[in-house]
Amino acid sequence: MEKFSTHSGVGAPLRRSNVDTDQIIPAVWLKKVTRDGFEEGLFSAWRNDPDFVLNQDAFKDATVLVAGPDFGTGSSREHAVWALQNYGFKAVISPRFGDIFRGNSGKAGLLAAEVDEKVVQRLWDYLDDNPGASITLDLESRTVRAGAGVDAIEDSFTIDDYTRWRLLEGLDDVGITLSHEDDIVTYEASRPSFKPVTL
Amino acid sequence: MGKTLAEKIWEEHVVRRHEGEPDLLYIDLHLIHEVTSPQAFDGLRLSGRTVRRPDLTLATEDHNIPTTDLDKPIADLVSRTQVETLRRNCEEFGVRLHPMGDIDQGIVHVVGPQLGLTQPGMTIVCGDSHTSTHGAFGSIAFGIGTSEVEHVLATQSLSQAKPKMMAVEVVGELPGGSTAKDLILALITQETTGGGQGYIVEYRGEAIRKLSMEARMTICNMSIEWGAKAGLIAPDQTTYDYLQGRPSAPTGADWDAAVAHWDSLVTDDDAVFDKVITIDASTITPFVTWGTNPGQGVLLSGNVPNPADIEDDNERIAAENALRYLGLEAGTPMKDIKVDTVFIGSCTNGRIEDLRVAASLIEGHRVADDTRILVVPGSVRVRLQAEAEGLDQIFKDAGAEWRGAGCSMCLGMNPDQLVPGERSASTSNRNFEGRQGKGGRTHLVSPDVAIATGILGHLAGPADLAQLETAGA
Repeated sequence: MEKFSTHSGVGAPLRRSNVDTDQIIPAVWLKKVTRDGFEEGLFSAWRNDPDFVLNQDAFKDATVLVAGPDFGTGSSREHAVWALQNYGFKAVISPRFGDIFRGNSGKAGLLAAEVDEKVVQRLWDYLDDNPGASITLDLESRTVRAGAGVDAIEDSFTIDDYTRWRLLEGLDDVGITLSHEDDIVTYEASRPSFKPVTL
Repeated sequence: MGKTLAEKIWEEHVVRRHEGEPDLLYIDLHLIHEVTSPQAFDGLRLSGRTVRRPDLTLATEDHNIPTTDLDKPIADLVSRTQVETLRRNCEEFGVRLHPMGDIDQGIVHVVGPQLGLTQPGMTIVCGDSHTSTHGAFGSIAFGIGTSEVEHVLATQSLSQAKPKMMAVEVVGELPGGSTAKDLILALITQETTGGGQGYIVEYRGEAIRKLSMEARMTICNMSIEWGAKAGLIAPDQTTYDYLQGRPSAPTGADWDAAVAHWDSLVTDDDAVFDKVITIDASTITPFVTWGTNPGQGVLLSGNVPNPADIEDDNERIAAENALRYLGLEAGTPMKDIKVDTVFIGSCTNGRIEDLRVAASLIEGHRVADDTRILVVPGSVRVRLQAEAEGLDQIFKDAGAEWRGAGCSMCLGMNPDQLVPGERSASTSNRNFEGRQGKGGRTHLVSPDVAIATGILGHLAGPADLAQLETAGA
């Protein structure tokens, strides 16, 4: 996984709450057996609408998505994270994420930054007034920044310590766990015999 | 201080605990299907790793499986490739697979319990959010993404921060004509789609104790729809009676040892939950959704709500979007909504009890003109059981379609999809935009409401059917 420290990129305001993973990538796209090529399916139902944010010139190269609460609810499909990444997104900002989506983001290297709902509202307004403007996310200091001067937005975002550390270091989770294989072996020796097996 | 049921199971599975890190949890059972596993197996190959415990892993084909023309190869080539990829991966890594055509094929969350692999006190994961279903047996079961599937394949463990604990106290008793599905739909509307976020939820109370295993699975299945990490119910005699004699259930001395342990899997009297919520089952009447997330629900006897009455900005905009998408007018009585397609099936309501109820209600009636009913058993064994009981004939006589087993129209990865503008009453779990097919419009309902709706052609409940019978008599 690539290391993530700071990212600055065009912000796209997605003025919707409850964006479930079926909206991010509909099921018909899940038949692929690779981790790439999902960008075309990203928000595919909404992409038909010329007014949709990613169809506007100022936002089409966005790398930071600013969404309403409960982003990524529903299905466990990690394809939702891949679709955002394949399109070019490096980070999603929302007041609240679906649990599994947030976990998947941390594993795949997409920053899921949780902020206060008021911050999302300010970012939305800022991006509407300044289409194509950048948003900066500093993972080291857990800070989101946009704009300059008196109207500048600077606030903190939440991400758990462990995910932050893994993203900063670009670490492979399986590798970390396998370094504790002795603990797994010890645990397995004490499992009760009545637990079921499949073979 | 005592422990909650979920804390007990959690503690029993901690492989490694270290300050500042999530716990490393051992996984007792890893279920796999064709959609979320191919990239995980690729990851294993790339890093030269193997499946650590194929004997704790089980695969089945479900999401892509057609429900007609079962004797032919899958017509959709992309679906076929995905299914064949699973078969190759299972063979290469030594994982047991129940493929299309096998008697134990079916929806992964129907197959696990049916085989007796799902037991109290276990940790169970699957690359599928409805893994929460297995919590009905008193296990911690949750959905994971593909990176985590790879992690479990390689290590049989998972790094997890311990969630908070919530109790849902269900007081009172469900009235006749109301089902577990109505109860969970009402709860999700009460708590909204984010209400359970960060919690493992234990469903408790007299109404829960009286539910059958299958009804408990319906409840736990939809835990994810209000954002909970997992949902579970303490095991009891109902659980043991369901399990005993199933192929993978313990036998002899192992059974006794297992039951002795399972008996300890209850929340201690002095345990403290981080949050307790209460719902009164005695007030539950048939409940349906009017919107595009499972928290947008209303009594079947109610009306489509008016977004203008919703104070919260985000919720109001979501309601406006939902009504526009669903083509509904605020204030319309729910029972005036005409329905094109009724879907009975899924990991929420595709088990034998669901089909028995559905058959008993449809017997002697006809499916309404311009409406179709699809009945899709959750597994091949459910299908065969239903056929042995003659349920298939009852459905066919009424004009309903009797299909093969799989996920089917719950998410439309196989050919069973709604067309744009088509409206369904569905016993599945998600009414998201396009979930059942691009432009499709979904109302989530119980099997009882589904059948009444299919007979009358508009959203309706068993009571409306009874009135029809009285009028006809």
